[in-house]
Amino acid sequence: MIGNVDVTREIDARGSFCPGPMMELIRVIRSAQIGDVIAILSSDQGSKRDIPKWVTKANQEFIGVETLDGYDRIIVKKVR
Amino acid sequence: MTQRVVFLGGGTGGVMAANRLARMMSEDVQKGDLELIVLTDSDEHFYQPGLLYIALDQAFPEGFSRPEKRVLLPGVHMVLDPAVLVLPEERMVQCESGKKIQYDYLVIATGSVPDLDAIPGFREGAHSFYTLPEAMELRKAVQQFAGGEVLLIIGVPHKCPVAPLEFMFMFDEALRRSGMRKEAELIYTYPIGRLHSLEPVADWAEREFAKRDIHSETFFNVENIDPARRVVNTLEGEERGYDLLIGIPPHTGARVIRDSGLGDRDGWIPTDRGTLRMKGQDHIYVLGDATDLPISKAGSTAHYQSEIVARNVAHELRGEPATALYDGKAFCFIEAGLDEATHITFDYKTPPHPSEPGAMVHWFKLAFNEMYWLSLRGLI
Repeated sequence: MIGNVDVTREIDARGSFCPGPMMELIRVIRSAQIGDVIAILSSDQGSKRDIPKWVTKANQEFIGVETLDGYDRIIVKKVR
Repeated sequence: MTQRVVFLGGGTGGVMAANRLARMMSEDVQKGDLELIVLTDSDEHFYQPGLLYIALDQAFPEGFSRPEKRVLLPGVHMVLDPAVLVLPEERMVQCESGKKIQYDYLVIATGSVPDLDAIPGFREGAHSFYTLPEAMELRKAVQQFAGGEVLLIIGVPHKCPVAPLEFMFMFDEALRRSGMRKEAELIYTYPIGRLHSLEPVADWAEREFAKRDIHSETFFNVENIDPARRVVNTLEGEERGYDLLIGIPPHTGARVIRDSGLGDRDGWIPTDRGTLRMKGQDHIYVLGDATDLPISKAGSTAHYQSEIVARNVAHELRGEPATALYDGKAFCFIEAGLDEATHITFDYKTPPHPSEPGAMVHWFKLAFNEMYWLSLRGLI
């Protein structure tokens, strides 16, 4: 259940076209500790497609996505 | 009683906000009821977009700077003494000399800093163009380039998100003009799954890259560089070789922000996306690269924000509520070669749409490089 996940850090990237939610996520992943759980809020429709793709490629852990009122809350765990 | 506004930082955001406030409240400034101080660590004001032209040997550095004092309007005082600590509870800034400056309102415009040590091996292995010394080193490498694989890597976050694309387009054309293009393979990489974070710009760049035989790789985030073997290793587990490595270093917030505990882990200040007031602080406003807002770190962002910050500080000084709201607006020129360019504009609600590149926009960009000095004074 996503609702039960203990999020370490939440980033509000709603309304971000540039650099965009995924760039914000990469920025935060770089400075996060292994084990941190990061939630990113995005109103960009492409995020829920692109972020899991990158997370898989970068061998991080995709926890899930919640669709809320006009935006998505995407949760990722730094595992390496 | 005289009120004092201190602007922390003498770059684009600090100077524009100070000059605009001086215009808005010129009577109070003249009567001595309002004191405006720009606290800076440099007596020169450098126009940073010039670094791209300098690095590519398209311009000399001399035309891109002015004495800081000359860009400030009468009534705005410059104090050349780097700030080392901000103490919001005491409404005070402490300077390197030991001097302490009290404020009624503080405007933070401390910008961002390219971190050449964030990626191991970057300093030894990569060239960049985000500071003048780095741009001058790259200029030498460009002048001496004898062919081979040119790899461009991008760290996040970084200021001026279109500069890496501009670099590739301009270098490609410079090599064609010198007859060297056949000897070079140009490879552009990008952290996410397309060529730019703005999808319309990514689509446009993809078409332009195909026309110019510029190669690209996506989902490419460099973890470290091995200068001895001339390879980069990525977060995604790949290894890539190079002959000339151009790197966009990840940026952090200014040291004074990190030392004062005002920002997040990377030194970006929590800022209200509308009023631009620092979250949790009633007497501090923030603009430009220093904010934690998920928008472009670029001069144009600071330009539009300076109007909002100046208006809100003017409201507060008059005892009114801060009603000016920033809408996320940014504007970027994109050089698409050595004699054509396009431009984009966008805000929190409206995505950008680049037009076909043309000569007129390029000439306007060159004209803006001169007009910048007027825009600093709040005239355009």
